[in-house]
Amino acid sequence: MSVRVQEADFDVGAELSKLTDGNKRIGGLAVFVGLVREMHVREGYHRDRVDALTLEHYPGMTETALQEIEAEANRRWPLEATLIVHRYGRMEAGDRIVLVAVGSPHREAAFEACEFLVDWLKTKAPFWKLEETPAGEKWVGAHEGDDAAAARWEKKP
Amino acid sequence: MKVRYFAWMKRTVGLPEEEVSPPADVDTVGDLVVWLRARSPGHAEALAEGAAFGAAVDQRTATFDVKLAGAREVAFFPPFTGG
Repeated sequence: MSVRVQEADFDVGAELSKLTDGNKRIGGLAVFVGLVREMHVREGYHRDRVDALTLEHYPGMTETALQEIEAEANRRWPLEATLIVHRYGRMEAGDRIVLVAVGSPHREAAFEACEFLVDWLKTKAPFWKLEETPAGEKWVGAHEGDDAAAARWEKKP
Repeated sequence: MKVRYFAWMKRTVGLPEEEVSPPADVDTVGDLVVWLRARSPGHAEALAEGAAFGAAVDQRTATFDVKLAGAREVAFFPPFTGG
């Protein structure tokens, strides 16, 4: 089990190798990589292009929250390896933001736990996105779909 | 105790954090919100009734009925938008 919050980019291949090397009980590794996507946000008559964002977080609480989410995944599924790497600071469209990787003897647990981790970290870890658009900076509002996705996991499978 | 503000709340209040000594009758997170509103127009706006924000006490998410007894750090923030 491992959680990291860092400003620097990460190397997906190197992270996955490090996570699975030496553990021959892992039969499936599910991986999610979140990227900054170029977006067009409609604001009245204007359409703003989002070129970059700055991710603010709450040092200390962020790590604790991610560790608790990871521990919950390990309680619910038989997992051999879990990794969450979440970046903060300024990122441009196309940059990696977050890596979630889950290794399990079987694929079902790996897929489910990976989806669970992504859904819960979006709504339970203290990160805030500030978007840069040609018209200025704009704080991102919470997304109702994210709350619904997280709520699916409130009942144990 | 230390009070911290994040994201747009930090800009509206005009401070990232401050040391405060609320009176003894400020018992819960909700009481603290009401008490902080009187500190400045920025506080009143950021912590207004109906504004969408949450809180943490000593770095754990807390509802407004949580008691402050012994708390060292209280934080206020908008809904999380990570991932």
